[in-house]
Amino acid sequence: MTDGWQRLHPLTTLVRGGRGTIAIIVILIPSLLDGGSTSRTITLLVVVGVFFGQSFIRWLVTRWRIEGDDLQIETGLLGRRSLRYPLAQVQAIDIVRPGLARLFGVAELRLRMGGSSGGTARLAYLREAEVEPLRVQMLRLARGAEEHEEEIPAWLHETLLARVSTGRLIASIVITDVGIVAEAVLAGLIVAGVLAPNAKAGIFSGGAAWAIGVGTRIWRQFNQEYGLSVSEAPDGLHLRGGLVALTAETIRPGRVQAVRLLEPFFWRPLGWCRVEVDLAGKQKVEGEGRAQRGQLRALLPVGDRATAELIIERLMPDRPRELVAPPSRARWKSPLRYGKLAYGRTDTCVATRSGRLRRVTVWVRLEKAQSLRYVQGPLQRRLHVASLHVDVAGKTLHAIARDRDAAEARAEVDTLAELARAARRAA
Amino acid sequence: MSDDWRGISRRYLTLRRLEVVAVAVVAAIVFAIFLNGWYRLWIAGALAAGVFGLVIVQRRFVAWGYAERADDLLVKRGVLFARLSVVPYGRMQFIDVTAGPFERLFRIATVRMHTAAAASDARIPGLESHEAARLRDRLAELGESQAAGI
Repeated sequence: MTDGWQRLHPLTTLVRGGRGTIAIIVILIPSLLDGGSTSRTITLLVVVGVFFGQSFIRWLVTRWRIEGDDLQIETGLLGRRSLRYPLAQVQAIDIVRPGLARLFGVAELRLRMGGSSGGTARLAYLREAEVEPLRVQMLRLARGAEEHEEEIPAWLHETLLARVSTGRLIASIVITDVGIVAEAVLAGLIVAGVLAPNAKAGIFSGGAAWAIGVGTRIWRQFNQEYGLSVSEAPDGLHLRGGLVALTAETIRPGRVQAVRLLEPFFWRPLGWCRVEVDLAGKQKVEGEGRAQRGQLRALLPVGDRATAELIIERLMPDRPRELVAPPSRARWKSPLRYGKLAYGRTDTCVATRSGRLRRVTVWVRLEKAQSLRYVQGPLQRRLHVASLHVDVAGKTLHAIARDRDAAEARAEVDTLAELARAARRAA
Repeated sequence: MSDDWRGISRRYLTLRRLEVVAVAVVAAIVFAIFLNGWYRLWIAGALAAGVFGLVIVQRRFVAWGYAERADDLLVKRGVLFARLSVVPYGRMQFIDVTAGPFERLFRIATVRMHTAAAASDARIPGLESHEAARLRDRLAELGESQAAGI
């Protein structure tokens, strides 16, 4: 290989092809168990062969190098593509290690690019040992620093903010709303099975489908949030964790659209809470599942208030400290959640709270506001109250201040528009 | 705030009224043909609903308005649910102008602003064609000069 071009790790073939193979085997297991006729086995082998062949060719024709300040990737057998990623525009470099890749000792490097396109460059897969040095080297180039500096530069130093303990994570999943419902249904099924032994088969087949659904959801959460740690570094918050698939991710403050603090009903006696962030919504990363895309990123899967405050402080240092409740006549419109509704703002940040059972506090930076909305329903008009929305570019989160005094809300729209403009200018 | 509010074209009101009348008349005719016995009551009901619809269409037409301020566009709408949206020019990602066949017949169009947030809804229907084109160009120009990152 000349000119510094490098191939990806040869085991890429196995990891890429392996995924497809596992899927096929899972699909075909029932037919194999049925006696496994030769024609079926041959079909299976052919399909697996095609999978490996495809990923082998893909590996063969893909090469990459760092040329000057750019990362170049060339790929494609027939339609040859040459990709060039200027390292100066890199926003974050994440290391992702899916279960299968860990088994083979390889890892993926994911470069999140800045700019309006916000693309992602993937180097999958590289040898585990060379990933971290490469990341440091790229980050250095991104900063325009000298390439042959030896020791790890100061801006890579990080301080640990929080780390979720396994016991607490399990306990928290057991007592969330999903968890409690799952346990109740499970208990119901067992009771039904004991009381009506004849209907056992029906109960179990019915329960199985449901259990798979809930089980995958819980498993995915557990797998993602296992051992999750957040640390602070000059370039943002570093997130590390995972059980089977390990990820290391950097969250730059600028990527955060909104922060949410959740206090589920069953957690409150324990004083636990959860911190999630909503990141810029347009990023679709190849290889990221659909379920992951719509999800908020948990920074603190479960923890106490003090830890949560510590993390929120890093993301929203200018947040309002005191939230004000809406006028008491709003009780007629939102009788249940009235007591929990609150809204507050500083010159740069808006906070809203809601939720009777599951208390939710949302913080939004005004510089991130995409639009403001004032909405007044028929009942709200009678009570002279109105709701105020601050829309951001996240996936799901918006700050909604419900049932504020109508005149105050109307004036607030203008004030916020003004403040948001100032915040954008300053940013 | 003394914002310079503009309403939308009266031709939009005419179009909406025609729609309501057409639906009411068709319903009345269908009742007259297919129902016997109490059909007069049904016809009266259809026509009354039509009149009610006309009132609603009128009120909703009046509620529409937009104002171009120095840094953002205000759009207000709705009678039962009154809404006011503020969209900064710098946040607009793209603007589209649509006109269906009937709208084209009445020479009106709908201008819609899109931001990076899916929830922002800034839509102005029933703009006269030349006004829609003017607004589109003006917004595009302002959006470009004030563009801000996500």
